[in-house]
Amino acid sequence: MIDRRSLLARGALLTGTLFAPRLAFAAAPTDRRLVFLIQRGAADGLATLAPTGDPAYAGLRGQLAEEAGGAKLDGLFTLHRSLGQLAGRYQAGEALFVHATASPYRDRSHFDGQNVLETGGRLPYDRDDGWMNRLISLLPDRDAKALALSPAIPTALRGAATVSSYAPTNLPDASPEFLQRITRLYADDAQLHALWSEAVQTRAMASELASDGGRGAAAAGKLAASLMAGPDGARLMLMESGGWDTHAGQRGRLANQLTGLDAMLAALRDGLGSAWADTLVIVATEFGRTAAVNGTGGTDHGTGGLAMLLGGRVKGGRILADWPGLNQAALYEGRDLKPTTPLDMVLAGAIAGHFGLEPVLTARTLFPGGAGKALEGLIRG
Amino acid sequence: MRESSVALNRFGLGGRKGEAVPGEPRRWLLDQFGKFDPRPAAVTSLPASPALIVQFREARAAQRGMRDERREAKAMPPETPARPDMAPELRPYRALRDVYAEAAAVRTNLALTTPAPFIERMVHFWANHFAVSIDKIVTVGIAGAFEFEAIRPNVLGKFADLLLAVERHPAMLLYLDQAQSVGPDSVLGKIAARRGNQRGLNENLAREILELHTLGVRSGYDQGDVTELARALTGWTVGGLADQPMLRGPGPGYWFAGIIHQPGDRKVLGKRYDQDGERQGEAILRDLAVHPATARHIATKLARHFAADDPPPSLVARLEAAFLKSGGDLPTVYRALIEAPEPWAASPAKFRTPWEWTLATLRGVGAPSLPALMNANALNQLGQPVWRPGSPAGWDDTAPSWAGPDALYRRVEVAERIARRTAPLDARKLAEDLFPGALSEPTRKALAGAESSAQALALLLASPEMMRR
Repeated sequence: MIDRRSLLARGALLTGTLFAPRLAFAAAPTDRRLVFLIQRGAADGLATLAPTGDPAYAGLRGQLAEEAGGAKLDGLFTLHRSLGQLAGRYQAGEALFVHATASPYRDRSHFDGQNVLETGGRLPYDRDDGWMNRLISLLPDRDAKALALSPAIPTALRGAATVSSYAPTNLPDASPEFLQRITRLYADDAQLHALWSEAVQTRAMASELASDGGRGAAAAGKLAASLMAGPDGARLMLMESGGWDTHAGQRGRLANQLTGLDAMLAALRDGLGSAWADTLVIVATEFGRTAAVNGTGGTDHGTGGLAMLLGGRVKGGRILADWPGLNQAALYEGRDLKPTTPLDMVLAGAIAGHFGLEPVLTARTLFPGGAGKALEGLIRG
Repeated sequence: MRESSVALNRFGLGGRKGEAVPGEPRRWLLDQFGKFDPRPAAVTSLPASPALIVQFREARAAQRGMRDERREAKAMPPETPARPDMAPELRPYRALRDVYAEAAAVRTNLALTTPAPFIERMVHFWANHFAVSIDKIVTVGIAGAFEFEAIRPNVLGKFADLLLAVERHPAMLLYLDQAQSVGPDSVLGKIAARRGNQRGLNENLAREILELHTLGVRSGYDQGDVTELARALTGWTVGGLADQPMLRGPGPGYWFAGIIHQPGDRKVLGKRYDQDGERQGEAILRDLAVHPATARHIATKLARHFAADDPPPSLVARLEAAFLKSGGDLPTVYRALIEAPEPWAASPAKFRTPWEWTLATLRGVGAPSLPALMNANALNQLGQPVWRPGSPAGWDDTAPSWAGPDALYRRVEVAERIARRTAPLDARKLAEDLFPGALSEPTRKALAGAESSAQALALLLASPEMMRR
């Protein structure tokens, strides 16, 4: 069930065996679908899939260590208690977690990190187009429809190929997380602070995507599924979620966020119905968060984090992690989970496997200049 | 604020994404005098006031026809229930609402892309000084044409010419009831009196000219001056609208109707006016336009707009002097404003109105035109629908009218919506360009700590810097 240090060796073994069917498949228009869900704000992988078996974990996390408490997936990892449905997918062999992973980006700016995650470049802003747009040029069906569930087209989907975006007109109102930032922004401004405090007090707070028991998130998942349904539906779908930047009060906030994510993924699967068998969902974030809890019950910008692969053809029920450990000497720059698996090579491998593409070409096109080889064996043949 | 930020934000309409920061702020402002286009293609392609008068007349006729039909049908119950979407008597005016929406969009788009944002600001300033409001149905279609035909072409001219263009425009004559004011001793006035019809003076426009447009309230004129000005202005009307054939005039548009002009000399502010007909009112307006009280009134409003809600007396005096010395030459007054020290004070002087904030945010993200989400309705929600101040006094120009809790909350929500619909950009860099040398540390920190580029942009659009100018 569990691949950790054995991962790279096993991946290499699979390289040759899948080559022939891949070519055969390339001629036909694809029914395969890809959903890329970006967690903007650096989601805490160490809380989402907690290494409860690591001896250093409880000490580092303090009060946050109690966050886990969900499904124990193996001797090392416990899934967050808010991810009940996702745990079910894992048990069904349809969910694969990749831990201690990161893009090539090593600093800790959200913008720069998201830019690298989306462009597939080595450095922030060294490319204008996104890897998802370049993927279209590799697909057997070059007219495959690509859609962002968003009012504007995010970087990951921008580029030469025609793409579109869709957003329901009744988008959720400003998120509480954003409103908190506004509160901080106005803190030193006497006039705006007074006006804002009054406005917030007198207004019923709009419900956040993740804080209304997941109803908003489930609706988004259902909407995405409906836009991907049928022969004319989107083949590539980009989704975004915010609110992951949990510097303070992480316990409740992250639980709400993950409740929303769990509902969104479940609604997506339910909505896709039989097409779920041909769908790959990738969930990723720009980087992880600090190994230790900070002074405000939260975590700060880190490095290594978690990515998830889900879908009917994902070789799931596994956790891929070349686990570096959490003892002080093992931490990246003495504070972060050390990234041991290149995220871009996970994405390249999963996508190549899913669409039946040549892995080297896929890696080179989506993540040019990338170090290493696309991981194989992530998708069932 | 550094001076380039003052020029962009306080004098201009806010920095525009992709445009260079002005290196010499005063020169940048002065150069705009030559760059302003009074009649851009977007404006000349809109229907002009004669066509709009005809359209209004037809809508009114249709409305009356419906009313008559209903009266005839009253005996019988209606066969189909009335449609609930719009009051039936207003349906004929729907096309004029569309004209309004299109003109309001043109106004906004010009402000977003203009090479002369300071002069566009002056257009908005004067349109508000000489306000017409679309809550009067006759004004709905023609409010845009009023600004485009009376204000824009005169914004860099003499105040007297601006004043005359405004007071002769059909929109103003209709909005403030001058079009139907009849001299009691005029030809038509006498006929009406013999027939027992009450047709007479309407003082509305005359009073607002003295109180709002020129001298200013409590500046020394009295009721006698109002009445005399009202008498002098009789005959200034709008052709193409009246039912009586005698008052239809040569065609739709401004028309001096001698048959309703009150004959005789007039005395306003102690001065006798013995001109005939139209030239009488014009002579009075030309004197009012250069009157010291007018100079003080205009100087005070300009100082309030550019320096502080409570205008500094030193700046008022300076602008007043420039106005009087130049005989109300507006570019001279603008130059005095630009050269004065008071408008260049470093700390933000003014809380942006919803209109100003909307323009600044859309310019900031480089929007080329009014996005669908920011239609007139969005400005309604922010509290300042275009050409609808609700009174001839125009919108108030001080912070208490705009800096309210709910108003601020709505701006924050709109900021997030605009940011979500904008292609990803680096808000940190944009912030330095929009507020060169004037970005506060808390804002800079908030942008750097945002969790996504869209969130950083939303924070920038809602930042204290963006709320003020």
